Amino acid sequence: MKHVRMIAAAAVSVALALGAVAWIGADLLRDKTSSSVFDIGGPFVLASARGGTVDSKTLAGQSYAVFFGFTHCPEVCPTTLYEMSNNLVSLGDAAEDFRVFFITVDPARDTLAVMKDYVSNFDPRIEALVPTDDQLKQLASEFRVYYARVPTSDGGYTMDHTATTFLFDRNGSFTGTLSYDEAAETKQAKLRKLLGR
Amino acid sequence: MKLYNQIVLASALALACVMTIASGQAHEITFGNLVIHHPWSRQSPMAADVAVGFMTITNNSKEDDRLVKVTSEISTTVQIHDMKMVGDVMKMEELPDGVIIPAGATVKLKPRALHIMFMGLKRQVVEGEEFSGSLTFEKAGTVTVDYEVAAPGGDMSDME
Repeated sequence: MKHVRMIAAAAVSVALALGAVAWIGADLLRDKTSSSVFDIGGPFVLASARGGTVDSKTLAGQSYAVFFGFTHCPEVCPTTLYEMSNNLVSLGDAAEDFRVFFITVDPARDTLAVMKDYVSNFDPRIEALVPTDDQLKQLASEFRVYYARVPTSDGGYTMDHTATTFLFDRNGSFTGTLSYDEAAETKQAKLRKLLGR
Repeated sequence: MKLYNQIVLASALALACVMTIASGQAHEITFGNLVIHHPWSRQSPMAADVAVGFMTITNNSKEDDRLVKVTSEISTTVQIHDMKMVGDVMKMEELPDGVIIPAGATVKLKPRALHIMFMGLKRQVVEGEEFSGSLTFEKAGTVTVDYEVAAPGGDMSDME
């Protein structure tokens, strides 16, 4: 009887051990797959309001942020860009080679000339990029960004869009986001961490 | 006597204007049963074609009223919009029927919520200046208000 009990106990232990291995294994697998869930962004070559293009391949060694918006945006876009400007100033030397790209979701109205004037209100490290309609579609899918025209009564339109700022490290890997509703201190802490200072 | 009355009236009006527009101080306009607290705007980025307006409106009457039309000296078009964040997405919606100001209630137009959209800007809206506009209510009629302009990204909703 004692013998049977010992065998039972051993069987339970083995089962537990196997369970644990399976659990850890599943966890590891989940980690693997979840890194693809966070695989946000993709290579881009886009027209810059400074002239020429910006090719994401040339950004190696520089961390950068990407924000999608439009110039007919009353609040989210100017506020995000002013906050970013303030953060860049207070980060000082740490953010010296940090790049920020403001990509329009409204290329029909936001021409390179309009975007150039618009970003001149903000820190010079913020650069305006204008995609074509096709490029914008692809970016939206790669960055998982939503954008849509909303008609207004005067025959014009406004835009709904994702208000997240996406952060990329010196290797070009996506590391996280700044959310519009986050406290200013949280945003700054995230930027500090990204810049490794 | 008539002249004296006119001088008193003119002085009172001038004083009222000074008190209303005194920079950096909350101002409010009483209009019939409505009180409009501190209309304000924000410096618009250069080259931007839009600016925002905020204020708080209190309806002291026993009847609902409705803000139906807004005009301004700085833009060709003015609309009333509602903004909300749905997850990470900023959603904007025009309210073509205006905003109901319920009897005895206060409605606050503020950042990230209900706001006035000045579209087709005739000039940049610059911090420290003021501009005027009109508000038309279904029942109370039309009143002129002055907007104080806050810094870029600034917030005066505490003063409303």
